[in-house]
Amino acid sequence: MSTVLRRSRKTPASRGEREPPPRGLLPDPPRPMQNPGLSRQQLREIHRFLCLNRLVEDRLSALYRQGQIHGGLYSSLGQEGISVGTAYALAPDDLLAPMIRNIGSLLVRGVAPLTLFLQFLARADAPTGGKDGTLHFDDLDKSIVGPISVLGTLIPVMTGAALAARMRGENRVALTYIGDGGTSTGDFHEGLNLAAVLNLPLILVVENNGYAYSTPTHRQFAVQSLAERGPAYGVASESIDGTDVLAVYAATRRAVERGRRGGGPTLLECRAFRRRGHAEHDDMRYVPKALLQAWEKRDPLDRLEGFLLHEGEATKKELRAAREEIGPALDEAARSALERPYPPPEETLRGVYHGTE
Amino acid sequence: MLARDRKSSARGPGAVAAPARPATGATGVPDDASLLKMLYSMKLTRAIETRIERKLYRQGKIVGGVYVGRGQEAISVGAAMHMRRGGGEDHDDIVSPSHRDMAVFLMQGVPPERILAQYMGRRTGLTRGRDGNMHMGDLRHRLVAFVSHLGDSIPVAAGCALTFRMRGTDQVSFCFFGEGATSRGDWHEGLNFAAVLKLPVVFICNNNQYAYSTHVSRQMKVERVSDRARGYGMPGESQDGNDVRVVYEAVGRAVARARRGEGPTLLEFVTFRMTGHSAHDDAGYVPKALFEEWERKDPIRLFEDDLKGRGLLDAGALQAMESRIEAELDEAVAWAESQPYPDPEECLIGVYHEQA
Amino acid sequence: MALTTYVEAIKQGIWEEMERDDRVFILGEDVGVYGGAFKVTEGMLDRFGEMRVIDTPISESAIVGAAIGAALMGMRPIAEMQFIDFISCAFDQITNFAAKNRYRWGAGVPMVIRGPSGGGVHGGPYHSQNPEMYFVHTPGLKVVAPATAYDAKGLIKAAIRDEDPVIYLEHKYLYRRIKEEIPKEDYIVPIGQAAVRREGRDLTILTYGAMLYQALEAAETLAREPGIQTEVVDLRSLLPLDKDAILNAARKTGKVLVVHEDTRTGGIAGEIAAIINEEVFEYLDGPVLRVTAPDTPVPYSPPLEEFFLPNKEKILKAARQLAAY
Repeated sequence: MSTVLRRSRKTPASRGEREPPPRGLLPDPPRPMQNPGLSRQQLREIHRFLCLNRLVEDRLSALYRQGQIHGGLYSSLGQEGISVGTAYALAPDDLLAPMIRNIGSLLVRGVAPLTLFLQFLARADAPTGGKDGTLHFDDLDKSIVGPISVLGTLIPVMTGAALAARMRGENRVALTYIGDGGTSTGDFHEGLNLAAVLNLPLILVVENNGYAYSTPTHRQFAVQSLAERGPAYGVASESIDGTDVLAVYAATRRAVERGRRGGGPTLLECRAFRRRGHAEHDDMRYVPKALLQAWEKRDPLDRLEGFLLHEGEATKKELRAAREEIGPALDEAARSALERPYPPPEETLRGVYHGTE
Repeated sequence: MLARDRKSSARGPGAVAAPARPATGATGVPDDASLLKMLYSMKLTRAIETRIERKLYRQGKIVGGVYVGRGQEAISVGAAMHMRRGGGEDHDDIVSPSHRDMAVFLMQGVPPERILAQYMGRRTGLTRGRDGNMHMGDLRHRLVAFVSHLGDSIPVAAGCALTFRMRGTDQVSFCFFGEGATSRGDWHEGLNFAAVLKLPVVFICNNNQYAYSTHVSRQMKVERVSDRARGYGMPGESQDGNDVRVVYEAVGRAVARARRGEGPTLLEFVTFRMTGHSAHDDAGYVPKALFEEWERKDPIRLFEDDLKGRGLLDAGALQAMESRIEAELDEAVAWAESQPYPDPEECLIGVYHEQA
Repeated sequence: MALTTYVEAIKQGIWEEMERDDRVFILGEDVGVYGGAFKVTEGMLDRFGEMRVIDTPISESAIVGAAIGAALMGMRPIAEMQFIDFISCAFDQITNFAAKNRYRWGAGVPMVIRGPSGGGVHGGPYHSQNPEMYFVHTPGLKVVAPATAYDAKGLIKAAIRDEDPVIYLEHKYLYRRIKEEIPKEDYIVPIGQAAVRREGRDLTILTYGAMLYQALEAAETLAREPGIQTEVVDLRSLLPLDKDAILNAARKTGKVLVVHEDTRTGGIAGEIAAIINEEVFEYLDGPVLRVTAPDTPVPYSPPLEEFFLPNKEKILKAARQLAAY
């Protein structure tokens, strides 16, 4: 009982490397992907968004290594299926609030890569005019609400947005994301509870990627699956293989339909793995190598391509062409962004209040 | 070892130390003496609160608000029976009560007169007039004072339990809150924290179905507060909060689990708030039928009937108990009313350790 | 003596207190296995074990709340906020529970809440804040902000040993940029005491945190041109303020300039100016001036952040203006 909890004297110096993968972080055996009723064009479109997500982040990574990006860069490598699959299931005017690892959702929503580059490069033409970085920007014309660094805060905010939509008679669902770590925050609780009791169409995508910075999930909570939290709030929940973009899409569609017919919120746990560090500077030495290797085999882009080939929905040549098409446009966007001016210093004082923009 | 202020001024009459109370048995069946003690505690609580709410408050003798736990006494009493005390800092449990848990204070050894002086804002109230009504605590009685921001006490209770784990003792941290407080972020963070670190906390939810004017159906979508437990990976159960024996048994089990190092439990006791939110609230928003229904389930009357049925109580003994309580209460009120208010300059002291 | 960085000094201070006093422990996000986002607690998990270096869920409110509970039970917790910007999540626990406990019912809460504050690192609005005044405004708390490696170690020890809750603000810009020789023996820096960093007769700069270095550079330039001798005082402690040091500043030079990285309205410069005005007005030869950040969130883009942050040039401008009185 209590004696195990005393000071541990035999802990190895480098925990991550020598520890076996924590139970529950290894991927479940994969289930074959299935087409949830999408046309070939739609399947190809999803494929394109996954490629775009991956390549945009590659560019950002390159810019970071060149010292062009100020502040942090947070990768969604391995999790792109979640961003793309969820966003693809929404209507254009459904409310979308991405978190830091959801660039893919913004791309699906039609945010241009140039816009993202301008944000990361802190240029005057960025949506925030250089006032904030990364994905911390809104685009209400596209029904996008941007995050802040404090985790969990988007959940009550999007609950409120969904409430407003309902008050105005609009049949819009609100979808946002939270990580496994973010579910420990008080705002997660208050927001989800409020959405439940008001029966709002909030879709909360819980990206369980195994680690919150250096904290593995078994130090974050004591349940096996975060889908367990659904019934604890009285809301529907599912646990999905987050590396299967089509399964993610199908589950989101179910949640969207539930929301639209007045069935209330859905908590959607999408399981994947954070294959890069918390941010670019983090070498994630605390993650057992065996885990990374296991999850590399579950790359969402590889899986989708394998499926498309297997089902005859695309040829190898077509898939390669889709990837290669993207490159030049991204290079151009990055180049253009680098040439744009920084904001003038006095811009600092503008926009604190209404009328001071 | 406790970082507490040892220079605090004398707090008035009333014994602080009671004889060490051994841990209750694991069987969950209270002996006769315990049964009578529970009845006495429930009745004493009811009497004090009734005196405060229905008499003293209306006479203008109370400073600030009054929040009583009428109808909910079984929860505080049944749970408090399991609180270990009198054995020192490495033995005694710790309690974080809420505003409707006066019985916990009484059973932890706080004399009624100190509570009354507290309600009257006197210098010899438990907080020396610094805070009012149930916002009181005293580490010598193993009571952590709550704050008005309900939900805040949950992580604090978890932190007390963390200390017990660190020291390797089998002490338990008791934490009381209403169903309304379970909507707070701090509640969530505290439960998750206790669960993931497997802390010896017994979380006790007094679900009296109303948070001020908010019915529980507007507070949460789940049927039962204990439904939330599964979201933390901890056991949860829902029981009848008007049956003190049921409370006693359920808390006893949770305490035993915690002492064995098996971690926290979420207990929900369903009852009813037989008053307004506070003395000034007439609870007009509560359907009369509900008051009538729950009046029939009054925990004290039910328990009296039960004890009479077992031959442990007769009309004479009950009368004697009631007389004793009234006499004790009269004396306590008289004492409290005779107590001075604090000196105005006392406002400035006690902010920091150096100023105590 | 050994040459030690500011961050290393904080680490040493915590480490020594953990060795010295079994009751001291750390809780926070990524403090154990990872050694902390800025490596302040690196190596401590292996040395002290997982019951004294606790990796918590993302729950600032519970982290602080649990620290309060543990403190009530006799422990001496150090709660880390990964970035001090996230202290806002625990605002309620700090201001309504920890700060008021002793006053309300006599139970002190000896705990430290520490974290990296300040800007100049392209952190944007949520990784660059200086939240001190929310807490300076709360009686029952203490707030300290060391600027030197020596003080970083001395003040963290003082904070840990203090019987009341202390907010310890470590300026992230200084972590690895500041190095000095510090003694190997045990020492503390008392809370509530400022330190004179540079002596002068003509004008006094009162400051704290990373701005100390900007102020010292400005003082150096002023000495050459136009020959003004500037006294630079490092406040070190914001609550309690070293009132004597503030009053002496006015008495000695009659010209006081307050510099802080915190935003203008509600920043401590206003409080200092009010104190001087009330108590030593007759000694003043010019108004109390202040150089602060403007009243905006901390912006992200480099030219904006540069505009936002006080710096040597802005200090020189104000100092010359004041000197001319």
